[in-house]
Amino acid sequence: MIETLVVPLVKIAVLLVGILTAVAYLVLLERKVQAWVQVRLGPMRVGPHGLLQPVADVIKLIIKEDITPARADRWVYTLAPIIVLVPALVVFAVIPFGPETNVFGIRMPLHVADINVGLLYIVSIASLGIYGTILGGWASNSKYPLLASLRASAQLVSYEVAVTMTLVSMILMAGSLSMVEIVESQQARGLWFVFAQPLAFFIYFVGGLAETNRAPFDLPEAEQELTGGFHTEYSGIRFALFFLAEYANMIVIAAVATTLFFGGWLRPFPSVAALGLLDIVPGWIWFLLKTFVLLYVFLWVRATLPRYRYDQLMRLGWKVLIPLAIANVIVTAIAVVVL
Amino acid sequence: MTPITPAHYLVLSAALFSIGLIGVLVRRNLIVIFMSIELMLNAVNINLVAFSQQWQHVVGQVFALFVVAVAAAEAAIGLGIILAFYRNKETVNVDEITLMRW
Amino acid sequence: MTIAFYTLAAFILALGVLVVSTKNTVHAVLFLVANFLCVAMLYVLLQAEFLAVIQVLVYAGGIVVLYLFVVMLVNLKRGPETHVDPRRRDRMGLLIGGAVLAEFVAILLYGFAPRATGAAPAAAAPGVGNVEQVGWSLYVDYLVPFEVASILLLVAMIGAIVLAKKEP
Repeated sequence: MIETLVVPLVKIAVLLVGILTAVAYLVLLERKVQAWVQVRLGPMRVGPHGLLQPVADVIKLIIKEDITPARADRWVYTLAPIIVLVPALVVFAVIPFGPETNVFGIRMPLHVADINVGLLYIVSIASLGIYGTILGGWASNSKYPLLASLRASAQLVSYEVAVTMTLVSMILMAGSLSMVEIVESQQARGLWFVFAQPLAFFIYFVGGLAETNRAPFDLPEAEQELTGGFHTEYSGIRFALFFLAEYANMIVIAAVATTLFFGGWLRPFPSVAALGLLDIVPGWIWFLLKTFVLLYVFLWVRATLPRYRYDQLMRLGWKVLIPLAIANVIVTAIAVVVL
Repeated sequence: MTPITPAHYLVLSAALFSIGLIGVLVRRNLIVIFMSIELMLNAVNINLVAFSQQWQHVVGQVFALFVVAVAAAEAAIGLGIILAFYRNKETVNVDEITLMRW
Repeated sequence: MTIAFYTLAAFILALGVLVVSTKNTVHAVLFLVANFLCVAMLYVLLQAEFLAVIQVLVYAGGIVVLYLFVVMLVNLKRGPETHVDPRRRDRMGLLIGGAVLAEFVAILLYGFAPRATGAAPAAAAPGVGNVEQVGWSLYVDYLVPFEVASILLLVAMIGAIVLAKKEP
């Protein structure tokens, strides 16, 4: 009973609370990092160094008036933020945060579920988030959100192809779709896959930036052109859900990249015995550390690069990334067969 | 309660197929008619997978995969035709698509 | 297991009815997505995990998005179903649908009733995963149909582009 019901429920609860907290602080971190890059201080007023700013933001968003435009499609308008958020949270179920560990005397793996189609599960569930984007823009019954949602969905569909192609080459390397087995195969080879597949990681990361609508691909939210994006008409808690989903998706991209390319919970250089003392640090800390570094790169890129133009974005996706990804799959397949 | 046998799945799929069929026959919006066809294809897939489980043989699922591939091709072409037609006639009502009717 | 089946079956049928009966096409598309997700869950119940994921990925995440795009592009100034051909017989459609359903059920009852004991499904074979099985079957036994399907998709892709392109 405890094993089959209580443990998973507790895991899910811990995971949800953890993600929501992480998202809140990721927003703060983003403001801080951008401020530092631009030689400013960022939020400083609420708490020491602005550390309580997320709390203030959450309270503000919850108590703010929630407006539904008069000509909006009421049902779809309410449903859209939920459709965006739920897939972003559900994919965390298959991400392995660590190896089997003793937690309060119970030996358990640090993931909610290890299914044998794990990676495909992530891809398919993540592809459902697009509905919220399209419907949010459509249901607002307003032209800028509609244009932004069309841009967002076109961008998502284009870059999804390239990202899925890189995942295929990773599946070929690992010989499994299960997230746990992908990490274990990196352990068995003593090699983080990023060193074997640097091109795949590059394509995945660029595609990830585009899929989460982050700078330099933040065209769907280009303020100067679209007054804020597909959620222009949203306010209060529903806007907060869109915001939450965007940052949760960033964490998903970073966590999946950690699992596939950076050895998940493995320590650096898992094959070098001389670094054995690094094993003192538990696996889940390595995992969170790597995810954090990748998230930092997300913020760093945003503070550094200017926005792409729409035709440049499409050309990069279709004429550069997809051919490169397909070539990468072919080369990987040949290498796997020959070696 | 009785255990779930393939017969249950077959009844479910027959009902879903009939719903899709009624949709095709009764609705006049071309897009909805296409969606009804997708419902019918799904009903067929439920059948195939139920048989695949009954005989513990994976071939039913492989056939279902082929059905999915054909459905994707059908959707792409069908929606292309709808768009082309809409551009010419500004309608998606099948009762107004009578140009070729004698 | 039994409860899960009946719940899913009820959802699938209810959503199917909503798809064909809703006036607003965007709502119909939403119901269609929900219907496909329920069917995917039914596949999980039938131990076809790979097909369930493909169902979500291709149907819910791909094909229906296409429908949504078209529904939004076909921005009708007047209701799509205002004009009715006087020769149309809607009742006949309902009747034929009902007749087909009755026929299906009759066949099923006839086929299953006398020997309901038939081969009970064996327990799930552990060991080889569902993905491996499907992969072997697809790439070994059905390699040629698989390649033909890929060519079909290519043809459909080119055809869709040609159809949807504006005249120069």
